Amino acid sequence: MAQAGHAAAFRRETPARAFSRERVTGAGFRAGVIAVTLLALWGLWELYRFIWVETGWTWPFPVNGTTMPHVHTIFKAFDQQSRFDGPLLISVLLRAALFTGKEALVGFLMGASIGFVIAVGLVHSRLAQRAFLPYIVASQTIPMLAVAPMVVVWLQAGWLSVSVIAAYLTFFPVAINTLRGLQSADPRAHELLGTYAASRWKVLWHLRVPASLPYLFSALKVSATASVVGAIIGELPSSIEGGLGGAILNFNQYYSLVPQNLWATNLIAAALGIIFFLGVVILEKLVVRRAPVQTA
Amino acid sequence: MSPAARLRDWIPAIVVFCAGIAAWQLSIEIFNIQKFLLPKPWAIVHACWTQRHALWSAGWLTLKEALGGFAIGSSAGILFAVVLARFRRLGSALMPIAIAANAIPIIAFSPIFNAWFDPLSPAPRMATAAVLCFFPVMVNTLRGLTSVRPAQIEVMRSYATGEFEIFRRVRAPTALPFVFSALKVATVLAMIGAIVSDYFGTFGSLGITIKNSVALFDFETAWAAILVASILGVLMYISVSLAERFALQWDPTRQERGTA
Amino acid sequence: MSVVAIHGLTKTFPKGNVTALQNIELEIETGEFVSLIGPSGCGKSTLLRVIGDLIQPSTGTVDVNGKTAHQGRLDHDYGIVFQDSVLFDWRTVAKNISLPLEMLDWDRSKRKERVEEMLRLVELQGFGDHHPWQLSGGMQMRVAIARALAFEPPLLLMDEPFGALDEMTRERLNIELLEIWRRMASTVVFVTHSISEAVFLSTRVVVMSPRPGRIAGVVDVDLPQPRTVDTREDPHFFELVTAVRELLRGVGADEHGSVRAEESA
Repeated sequence: MAQAGHAAAFRRETPARAFSRERVTGAGFRAGVIAVTLLALWGLWELYRFIWVETGWTWPFPVNGTTMPHVHTIFKAFDQQSRFDGPLLISVLLRAALFTGKEALVGFLMGASIGFVIAVGLVHSRLAQRAFLPYIVASQTIPMLAVAPMVVVWLQAGWLSVSVIAAYLTFFPVAINTLRGLQSADPRAHELLGTYAASRWKVLWHLRVPASLPYLFSALKVSATASVVGAIIGELPSSIEGGLGGAILNFNQYYSLVPQNLWATNLIAAALGIIFFLGVVILEKLVVRRAPVQTA
Repeated sequence: MSPAARLRDWIPAIVVFCAGIAAWQLSIEIFNIQKFLLPKPWAIVHACWTQRHALWSAGWLTLKEALGGFAIGSSAGILFAVVLARFRRLGSALMPIAIAANAIPIIAFSPIFNAWFDPLSPAPRMATAAVLCFFPVMVNTLRGLTSVRPAQIEVMRSYATGEFEIFRRVRAPTALPFVFSALKVATVLAMIGAIVSDYFGTFGSLGITIKNSVALFDFETAWAAILVASILGVLMYISVSLAERFALQWDPTRQERGTA
Repeated sequence: MSVVAIHGLTKTFPKGNVTALQNIELEIETGEFVSLIGPSGCGKSTLLRVIGDLIQPSTGTVDVNGKTAHQGRLDHDYGIVFQDSVLFDWRTVAKNISLPLEMLDWDRSKRKERVEEMLRLVELQGFGDHHPWQLSGGMQMRVAIARALAFEPPLLLMDEPFGALDEMTRERLNIELLEIWRRMASTVVFVTHSISEAVFLSTRVVVMSPRPGRIAGVVDVDLPQPRTVDTREDPHFFELVTAVRELLRGVGADEHGSVRAEESA
């Protein structure tokens, strides 16, 4: 008996170890690929620059220090003062990224929670679905970001109104996908819980919500980026200057003099978007502990 | 389903629509909201009419920018995916990077396109729209091209056919639903790209109309412009959906896959 | 001449160093109906795929129609049917059947004619314009068989084609398959999990044992042709089923429980 137990333990251990080793080499490989790709992009950028500058080609656009600054010029800009006697650009940008990140995060959390709650409500009422679902679906086909300036001027709530835009962009995909996920559970599982005479809440908690998680997370991945975009765009018409949107507007005005500042700002904005996305990916890894389901 | 039953399904939605418009109109009158904050729905329709010439030309320009960007970005995305699917290892290695690139707020780069191209021409807006469309189309197409069932490949191999035939008869049809759902997303992104890149600049079309009207507290025109943009966006979306319906008649899961 | 001649065939998969097939010797003559039966992991599907040149052997030779299996595949010497019908969802039934004909560059009118013929053969007239998902599982499998036979290959390879169907459908398709086999005068290699199906269909049952996959024994099925519903009630049928079952017991099939004896002989 003891021996059998030992054997079982051993068997359990082996694949786990093999798996983790695979994962480590996989992570190393991936990091290598990313490094190589970034270097290749750098190389391509400089090569393109070189060819276009040397040949004087102007299609699709003329290449010079203004349109395509050297990559090292852009990175050097981080370590320079953004204006005379001011702080270093990197600290200005990091502060702006924190500000925009706060707006986006607050909006993201608001939009995701409201979207989830609405989906839970809709899944329990066919009437409500018929009444509201067409509008939620249709809203995905119209350029909602265009409404941003209106919302900001309306609410007069400073950075919070920017968060509302981020929330707005997060809400719709989360509501639709969660609803789809809540409805995705195997009908036989519903029957099984029916034989236990499980209450609505039990079915919701033990079946519908777990079934909806992969759908929810694929929406959250889309929304994470959308909330950052919403925050940046929301800052534009509102004369909120503390964030990345303000920084982009500001450096855009001086683009012909110091183009690298705008490029540097955009690199930080890109990093912020990717950090948001990775945050959701990591959260998904922690929450959904089973075989990944491909959705969306 | 009978037409009557179908109509009955839509009644709640229609009720909500009418109630929403009525509540909107009434709340303005009851709470005496200043018209520059929230115009009455009727006033927006009215503005559509009085501003029709300006809105028409701005809308037409926006549509051209969005369509151009959509065409360029989507075809580039499909082309890239086809090449990456041919070199599968390269494709799977680059996939995470493409997904990460998809998380970049690309719209923030539109001021740079204004510096690259003549800001008076549609080119910078078209470029923004194209880049916005590129990544989702590329990622989804690649996912479709690589999600073929191995047994279907075996059937083709049993006929001793080459990679090209396998691509044409198995990979491409398998990828088509994925491509279409990406294209539908791309229509919306193209419209957003064409409009929102205006917020960074001083030239443009519908986006500039919205931006300037908001600055002048002329919300009626701003909403009218948004209404036009929405109609154009929905039209683009519906066109792609119709093309999809035509191309994917065989696909029983088309309805379920939906739009998200 | 043998349609299939396998000598000294061994197949090892480098991943996990599994010996899927070891020292297989098998000759199949024209017009035979040979079933491969055995518990999971005995390599019967692998053997089928090696004959079809979809998997390369590690050592040994596999000849199809006196040529290498590879040349056999290039010459379209066989049609294959998988467990799930593997129809192309985006093609209609007719277009699925004409797929191999398109690969062979038949012209349109000839294809159309043959597709009609095949639809009649598998009794699916009028379903040519349907899409696969509109058909039942049994009908889908008949389309897959029609597709495999459309270009009249001398050899038909079948990998548990009826494994996913209910028993009644399966028995009906068994009889239909035998009729097609007789009419097309082709050779069939048939992989199955079911003892009674193997005995009912075959002229020869090859019993395989797992880890590593070997041929444990061969049972010649001398039941009279054509076989009918009455064949299943013939006492000799039960004797043959028992013979196969005993061979399987010897290879440890019961221990793994993966050979179904649901036919309650």
